[in-house]
Amino acid sequence: MDRDLMLSLYRDMICIRRFEEEAARAYTRGKMGGFLHLYIGEEAVAVGAISAVEPTDYIVATYREHAHYLARVGDMKAAMAELFGKATGCSKGRGGSMHFFDMKKRFMGGHAIVGGHVPIAAGIAFASKYRGEPDVTLCFFGDGTANMGAFHEGMSLAALWKLPVVFICENNLYSMGTPLYRTLAVEDVAVRAEGYPMAQEIINGDDVLEVREAVRRAAKRARTESLPILVEAKTYRFRGHSMSDPAKYRTKEEVEEWMNRDPIRILAQRIYELGVANEAQLKAIDDEVKQEVAEAVKFADESPVPDPATLYDDVYSETEPRQDEEKVVPLPRRARAGG
Amino acid sequence: MRELTYREALREAMAEEMERDERVFLMGEEVGHYNGAYKVSEGLLDRFGERRVVDTPIAETGFSGVGIGAAMVGLRPIIEFMTWNFSLCAYDQLVNNAAKLRYMSGGQISLPIVFRGPGGAAHQLAAQHSQVVENLYAYVPGLKVITPSTPYDAKGLLKSAIRDDNPIVFIEGEVLYGRKGQVPEEEYTIPLGKGDVKREGKDVTIIAWSKMVHVALEAATALAKDGIEVEVLDPRTIRPLDEALILRSVKKTNRCVIVEEGWPFAGAGAELCYRITNGAFDYLDAPAVRVTGEDVPMPYAKNLEHLVLPGVEKVVTAVKSVLYRS
Ligand SMILES: Cc1ncc(C[n+]2csc(CCOP(=O)(O)OP(=O)(O)O)c2C)c(N)n1
Ligand SMILES: [Mg+2]
Repeated sequence: MDRDLMLSLYRDMICIRRFEEEAARAYTRGKMGGFLHLYIGEEAVAVGAISAVEPTDYIVATYREHAHYLARVGDMKAAMAELFGKATGCSKGRGGSMHFFDMKKRFMGGHAIVGGHVPIAAGIAFASKYRGEPDVTLCFFGDGTANMGAFHEGMSLAALWKLPVVFICENNLYSMGTPLYRTLAVEDVAVRAEGYPMAQEIINGDDVLEVREAVRRAAKRARTESLPILVEAKTYRFRGHSMSDPAKYRTKEEVEEWMNRDPIRILAQRIYELGVANEAQLKAIDDEVKQEVAEAVKFADESPVPDPATLYDDVYSETEPRQDEEKVVPLPRRARAGG
Repeated sequence: MRELTYREALREAMAEEMERDERVFLMGEEVGHYNGAYKVSEGLLDRFGERRVVDTPIAETGFSGVGIGAAMVGLRPIIEFMTWNFSLCAYDQLVNNAAKLRYMSGGQISLPIVFRGPGGAAHQLAAQHSQVVENLYAYVPGLKVITPSTPYDAKGLLKSAIRDDNPIVFIEGEVLYGRKGQVPEEEYTIPLGKGDVKREGKDVTIIAWSKMVHVALEAATALAKDGIEVEVLDPRTIRPLDEALILRSVKKTNRCVIVEEGWPFAGAGAELCYRITNGAFDYLDAPAVRVTGEDVPMPYAKNLEHLVLPGVEKVVTAVKSVLYRS
């Protein structure tokens, strides 16, 4: 097992955990508004999956997307500033917690209408295929999303047109306050794949290495054979649906049981067992990350709010349409690996 | 008289109507076991059981359509959208099915169904979660659109909506749920299509609905200090519109400001301006003026959100402008 890899996965997960713990504190102190949905407890899914693909592969996520943003873009300052509604945020303070974007890093958002982004992910993959580019799209969504029409239509089209998407269901057993068994007539979201049809795989979402391996395989298949796949990662959110949800619908025992399977602890255990690092070394990483989070908060605090004069910017693109007769030259292509 | 919150008033309306008529049931996301995302349906599952308080998966197209089907054959569903933003997923069901089935079938079908839930901006929920949808629905013949501003109106209008044989779009103010007001113990209903004067005045009429009524009332209080007497008129239902009441008020004050939270283009305010110009042209001492939400998707940042929403200051300025005062 690759030593550096394990430590970097550990670091990525700790970054998300500490970032969100701080975000929750900042929320209670009134530093931000709106909804705040925390990913705490599910870190292995975003980190495992995003670490498994190329930086040029696309990421599409939900309103619970701080983790995916940090795993791909890693800019804690821009993330915290976005939460604080500042001009230096990754969406210039326009989006907030639910709408992180970074097109340069191919982080395609932050979408808050359940299911609405699933066809979008298929569309991004459609464009990759159209242009003959090798990129794969990772699309994250929750278990509750599997009931939306947009979800089915997106999956169906991805299968029909053999689009290179890896659909990743973050099955945390609840959609808001409703347990899975009351929203889904089947036990596993993954079985839904069969009808489209599409390959599927169910994995332990609390084991970052297992997630990484499964998504690596899935992405390779998508890239080389241009086929979609549904990966269902079983996991659990430790906190409420959002900051306003006390999560009374779950028993203490249930929460404790899952907290014993804390994905960060599972990886730490593995690290110790393999002698990759000792407790002091992991603590040093944690301390560094905490320092980084503190700097992000300071940055966000000190950043300016958006200039009121920019309110009407970006409603429309202001570029002039090309009027010349010349044929528009196609974008340079990168070859698809595996033809 | 006793006081209830807007939320409690809505709950009471549903409970009373469910008690009165077994065909009435409530369906939506988190309405039952979770007691409602905004706690409007709190306690209803305990009281009426799972047959009549039905939790759904996240499937707006699906459960809206189920409601419409059930209404076609005589049930009287109340379909809750967790917020009206998500109704856009079901827009096809409301516009192509609910609004048209009666007409297309030559009047064979009645659709006694209420779609309800919170609408409008709350606090920093950003573009996909902060929208005014009454205009999207009021545009459609076949739908009735209700936007109550007080607990009293909320209860009386919801009861009428549930008893009405037409598809109803009932848009509650997300930020009004905790607001208190007088609600009598005795049974009452408020007819759909009847507006209400929330404050009498002789100088300028402000037309506003839902939470904008409260902005208008605050502006009226501020303007009273300058000796300007504002009449605040709440149409309460956007469709059908109480044109008679509006024209009567404008003919009295000769000046009108319309305050609406939504976007300006083709909004209800535009329609009101037309009707006022058409119906009271000779009485107007100034063109009717609109104060609307800014014409942008809602930004997250607090300072920008504040700029977008119509506030007291903007209303005061607009009122002075129709009085040619500064
Ligand atoms: C179309 C739509 N309906 C309802 C909501 C409100 N809502 C936001 S998140 C959520 C639950 C989603 O559950 P799931 O897909 O399992 O994702 P999780 O939050 O568990 O990550 C609901 C109902 C929404 N955002 N969009
Ligand atoms: Mg879930």
